[in-house]
Amino acid sequence: MRRYDLPDERGHFGPYGGRFVAETLVQALDDLRNQYQRYAQDPEFQAELAHELKHYVGRPSPIYHAKRWSEHLGGAQIYLKREDLNHTGAHKINNTVGQALLARRMGKRRVIAETGAGQHGVASATVAARYGLECVVYMGAEDIKRQAPNVYRMKLLGASVVAVDSGSKTLKDAMNEAMRDWVTHVETTFYIIGTAAGPHPYPMMVRDFQAVIGQEARTQMIELAGRQPDVLIACVGGGSNAIGLFSPYLEDEAVRLIGVEAGGLGLESGKHAAPLSAGVPGVLHGNRTYLMQDDNGQIQETHSISAGLDYPGVGPEHSWLKDSGRATYVAVTDAEALQAFHDLCRLEGIIPALESSHALAYAVKLAPTLDKEQILLVNLSGRGDKDIPTVAGLSGLAL
Amino acid sequence: MSRISHVFEQLQQHGRRALIPFITSGDPDLATTLDLMHAMAQAGADLIELGVPFSDPMADGPTIQRSSERALAQGVGLRDVLAVVAEFRRKDGQTPVVLMGYLNPVERMGYDAFARAARQAGVDGVLTVDCPPEEAGPLTDALYAHAIDPIFLLSPTTPESRFPVVARLARGFIYYVSLKGVTGAATLDVADVRNRIHAMRGRVGLPIGVGFGIRDAQSAQAVARFADAVVVGSRIVQAIEEAPRGEAVDRVAALIREIRSAIDAGVGAQA
Ligand SMILES: Cc1ncc(COP(=O)(O)O)c(C=O)c1O
Repeated sequence: MRRYDLPDERGHFGPYGGRFVAETLVQALDDLRNQYQRYAQDPEFQAELAHELKHYVGRPSPIYHAKRWSEHLGGAQIYLKREDLNHTGAHKINNTVGQALLARRMGKRRVIAETGAGQHGVASATVAARYGLECVVYMGAEDIKRQAPNVYRMKLLGASVVAVDSGSKTLKDAMNEAMRDWVTHVETTFYIIGTAAGPHPYPMMVRDFQAVIGQEARTQMIELAGRQPDVLIACVGGGSNAIGLFSPYLEDEAVRLIGVEAGGLGLESGKHAAPLSAGVPGVLHGNRTYLMQDDNGQIQETHSISAGLDYPGVGPEHSWLKDSGRATYVAVTDAEALQAFHDLCRLEGIIPALESSHALAYAVKLAPTLDKEQILLVNLSGRGDKDIPTVAGLSGLAL
Repeated sequence: MSRISHVFEQLQQHGRRALIPFITSGDPDLATTLDLMHAMAQAGADLIELGVPFSDPMADGPTIQRSSERALAQGVGLRDVLAVVAEFRRKDGQTPVVLMGYLNPVERMGYDAFARAARQAGVDGVLTVDCPPEEAGPLTDALYAHAIDPIFLLSPTTPESRFPVVARLARGFIYYVSLKGVTGAATLDVADVRNRIHAMRGRVGLPIGVGFGIRDAQSAQAVARFADAVVVGSRIVQAIEEAPRGEAVDRVAALIREIRSAIDAGVGAQA
């Protein structure tokens, strides 16, 4: 068995990761790494985190055997890890609870966050309300239009939502603006990054907070099926739900790991958000990783039906897992994701997030090629209530 | 000795301070960038910082973000910037040029290919804002190999224990970011900056320039009393943005002359 103990001391996953930030943030990132390493070992911190995850978030999230859907597809058995049943409706809150507890211990009274779909913004606003912290959420002006219900949810929870009008006015620009805020208020502010990307220690820290998904799955699969799955499938935006599921299985090489990117209108159209499938390595938002960029090294605009996957980069650990061959990355189109969305609604009575529907869509392709004894575990990273206006709009309905 | 070190040595001998204006290449267009470079050198700039436009300028405030967007709208990339420098060098062999930008365009070209092309064009220094010394080893190796000075930042949050880490890799001069924030942010606290510069003196072994919060002749004058160089960016970019068509070069030249004489008067009065 190969041991897997990345990142190294400086946050590198092979050539990826690291800490590519302006000098002003270096000290803050050192502090964060030191404090995180201390509390990761602290039984009291871990006990409080476990308590919050159980009583506030509602963990453990169940695993559900989607029997009708499996039969319909006529191949492998599909199990769903139900992160959609968490408080606030997605896996994002596993991470925001962890980071908010850390912010409190570091004496920071103000938290900031970037958001695309609004799920991480809502999860940040939620924990800020719960722990009495001031919260500012940066969101691209385009996404504010696409995700109006989540904008209002954040405001109800007491957060200020700042519209970002620069660049492509989406998630990557929101992240730029959050970084600019952080550099200006670095002494009082904790930046809650919402995915397993950004400068070290974020990719490691977010992975560790999300690893509860895979840890629970290891126990639950034994209880439910008597063994571990053959294949894990998760959608990949920045990569936090995927790395959370994968990381407790990394050393278990019998288990195949598949990350599903947003193929948009198809990889050949250029209108997608699939850097691992069609990008090249570069440096953005504090880390080296696969990026969608042009020949001049300018970051390209992305397209996906799902705002939460609409990001030109990806967490550095996924870049490493791709190159090392331990995980495989594929892309599915908007149309395939949408079909899987409708199938799950009709066959299982579950409305999945459009992000998660990408993982489901790949299960649709893979399951029929495997025999009935094989097990696929798909991370159902969030529920689809937030996407109802988008889906209705595609059917020509205005809600 | 590099062109940058030579300029600082000359200035020091004459008890003067360097004035370093920043403009974004390709704003409003590449032809004007070339004219601006010559005009600024004529008007009293000692060294020119040339911004390389990037799609995600995380360390920049709204003024420089917009200038980057104007340049990108015309498709200006790193190769175009190098071509402008080469053109500038046909007439000006003295004024050092420092490229300032973000790492990704350089990564995309490849460190060695970039350093070679930059040297050939006549670039003297390179500052990549998002590449701190801990990550900069391979880049600085390529730059040293082609006799280009890597310029590094120090900031108000840099602990003194890091000074040697930065100084070990830096050449040419040290760029002190005078405030916590992005380019063009609030005005700086002069007394605070002075104390920090005093703490750095003797520990970094290079001339120290100050930038990020210098908005007018007055703040340039105040900072020049204790710094070796004053970097003025957003204020100049703003003048370019506000100038009616065809007037940007004259307006910027006037601004440089104004700042130049304020700096010289302040330093002269002190001596
Ligand atoms: C439900 C859901 N799944 C997945 C993602 C993508 O993020 P990540 O790749 O970090 O899990 C998002 C992001 O908003 C989301 O809301």
